Amino acid sequence: MDAILLQILNGLDKGSAYALIALGLTLIFGTLGVVNFAHGAMFMIGAFCAVTLQRLLSLSYVTIDESRTDFLGNPLKIRTPYVESWFGPEAGQAIIDWSVPLAIVFAIPVMVGLGFLMERGLIRHFYKRPHADQILVTFGLAIVLQEIVKFFFGANPIPTPAPEAFSGSFDFGVLLGFEPNSIIYPYWRMIYFVFALIIIGAVFAFLRFTTFGMVVRAGMVDRETVGLLGIDIDRRFTVMFGIAAAVAGLAGVMYTPINAPNFHMGMDFLVLSFVVVVVGGMGSLPGGVLAGFLLGILESFASMSQVIDLLPGINQIIIFLVAIVVLLVRPRGLMGRKGVMEE
Amino acid sequence: MSKSNFTRRGLLRTGAAAGAGLAMPTIFTGAAWSGSHGGFTNAPTGSTVTLGFNVPQSGPYADEGADELRAYMLAVEHLNGEGDGGMLNTFSSKTLDGTGILGKKVEYVTGDTQTKSDAARASARSMIEKDGAIMITGGSSSGVAVAVQGLCQEAGIIFMAGLTHSNDTTGKDRKANGFRHFFNSYMSGAALAPVLAKAYGTDRKAYHLTADYNWGYTTEEAIRAATEAMGWETVNTVKTPLTQTDFSSYIAPVLQSDADVLVLNHYGGNMVNSLTNAVQFGLRDRIVNGKQFEIVVPLYSRLMAKGAGANVKGIFGSTNWHWSLQDEGSKAFVKSFGTKYGFPPSQAAHTCYVQTLLYADAVQRAGSFNPCAVVEALEGFEFDGLGNGPTLYRADDHQCFKDVLVVKGKENPSSEFDLLEIVEITPVEQVTYPPDHPQFAGGDLGTCNPGA
Repeated sequence: MDAILLQILNGLDKGSAYALIALGLTLIFGTLGVVNFAHGAMFMIGAFCAVTLQRLLSLSYVTIDESRTDFLGNPLKIRTPYVESWFGPEAGQAIIDWSVPLAIVFAIPVMVGLGFLMERGLIRHFYKRPHADQILVTFGLAIVLQEIVKFFFGANPIPTPAPEAFSGSFDFGVLLGFEPNSIIYPYWRMIYFVFALIIIGAVFAFLRFTTFGMVVRAGMVDRETVGLLGIDIDRRFTVMFGIAAAVAGLAGVMYTPINAPNFHMGMDFLVLSFVVVVVGGMGSLPGGVLAGFLLGILESFASMSQVIDLLPGINQIIIFLVAIVVLLVRPRGLMGRKGVMEE
Repeated sequence: MSKSNFTRRGLLRTGAAAGAGLAMPTIFTGAAWSGSHGGFTNAPTGSTVTLGFNVPQSGPYADEGADELRAYMLAVEHLNGEGDGGMLNTFSSKTLDGTGILGKKVEYVTGDTQTKSDAARASARSMIEKDGAIMITGGSSSGVAVAVQGLCQEAGIIFMAGLTHSNDTTGKDRKANGFRHFFNSYMSGAALAPVLAKAYGTDRKAYHLTADYNWGYTTEEAIRAATEAMGWETVNTVKTPLTQTDFSSYIAPVLQSDADVLVLNHYGGNMVNSLTNAVQFGLRDRIVNGKQFEIVVPLYSRLMAKGAGANVKGIFGSTNWHWSLQDEGSKAFVKSFGTKYGFPPSQAAHTCYVQTLLYADAVQRAGSFNPCAVVEALEGFEFDGLGNGPTLYRADDHQCFKDVLVVKGKENPSSEFDLLEIVEITPVEQVTYPPDHPQFAGGDLGTCNPGA
């Protein structure tokens, strides 16, 4: 029982990342009709916003300590971050320690701007082209972005830890009456899950309760009619592209303490997020979110050693198996609109 | 929604074209080496000789590849009499005098393995066929090493392996034209086990997470054999996909088991992520069976330690070489490399530098670039002064035998490079095994192939 609870918890944080990426993918597909393979790169660039801020905050000046030597026997160069000299050692260290949460503020304008740039500069030229062309161009863009990040940050993962205050883990076992230490869950993963819920809630509220959101929803159903009413729907869809990029970016920022980011992390999530979108139903926002959490939990269960002993290799194919079954039985996905992907 | 342009006919046509393209290299295999001259493949005729450095310049091990390339460029400088000479000054063999190899100036070409066997073979093939490389060296993965070694054997070219730790490279996949200076999984197990027994006791229950490929299997086998021999029990072994990034669902069952040690048979990004996840889940704070829970990483590298950050503190592992060694060879190499690049070399850089020198010296001693002459010169060669103490290139399997370093993540690093501390230098006798040891069985060197 405790093992099952632990795997559900495990699935929730992975599912949160899937859900956030799938939400952005669905927003873009639902509004602009574009299959955006560069969306995983947005997740990755978000993570590197956190890395960049961490590095900016750690910018240091060098002093020479004659009493100590470096590996070559030369006097040791001591680096002191500027923030420490400005705000004092303790406050400076605390600012660097909190660089990941601070990066949320840093990442939002960067990601929205990048989203605008991508949509206006490249993707809008492909609206009327077949999906295969859109996939090729966005996939190409993803590779370019990946290589740029690799050029500046290298290929190895870069540790970007959570603030010291959240570095431990919580003992759910004791709370639920199990043995101590039987269900341990890291604080940061819980924060990630809550953060994902807040972001998802905010996007839904934005679409549901604002005039802007109402127009966008109307445009998703019938773009032409909304346009005929004299509303500049393209402009609003561009804004939605920016929002989708920001959602993926924030998912990336908060993911950095869970796994040290590297240039390839976007691709790792992208393919699975597409499966999530298809399972949830192309164009359905609640479907994408639901499928994200469901598949995250399912993947966790499939990785249990008891399951692998029974069905070797199941952990690597489970998500795709589910996708095949869903596509065969219910091509429109769990919550897809009738008719979509069914013609 | 617009309609897809895919058709069945189109897909078949594209598939056929792609298939023919992929099959191309093997179609030409037979005729590939016939253009050479001088009795062996790519015999150098002018005043220069070309070496082929096949390293990962893209893909997950690109940073390691970059460090290997730095070391190769340094080695070429030293062979050509430039710079401070590095380990040429400490090498026990004194045949290399800074005038190139056999009086020919050393030049080099590079290839990108991408840490993919097929890409690595293609880049090695290109360097051999188009650039006339006389020797191929480098790489940061055992899958790549085994693949390129096989190609070099067919081509009649010497392969001086880079970073490859699987037993198979000089075990079941050993080849007469291939040589490995780096240590292997068996040696890691043999060196680590006594240190682990001393630090954690002989009554321990180990849980293994193992990367699901060749290197992972041999490392798990070696560590299991060595730790079980001293009394540890292996409670479970689980294979993890090489592409896995989040290991939480593999770590969670460890919490449910009664294991008190977790062995991470992971390398590179896998190790960084699995170790980070294990620490996040509080494994290191656990008390199981009345004992402190411990984590072990059989193969360590400084670049990985950097990626895992503070999580490596106090964790045991093994390594082929470390820049903090104080022998004359290591000091000379660190000085050359550090002065040129501004940071100390990695173990990957060290093994690649040493392999280049060993090849050049073997040619010099043999008086010929002929691969069979080089093989003869390297087989049974004993040397010193290259950073690992007295070393033997064993004739039976072309594996170097030398001391092995057991290291531990440093608790209080004094700099960004000072991440590992050497706990013990395990003497070579303790890590030596017979050539037909079960973990290396099934291999046959065959005979050297000069090509042409």
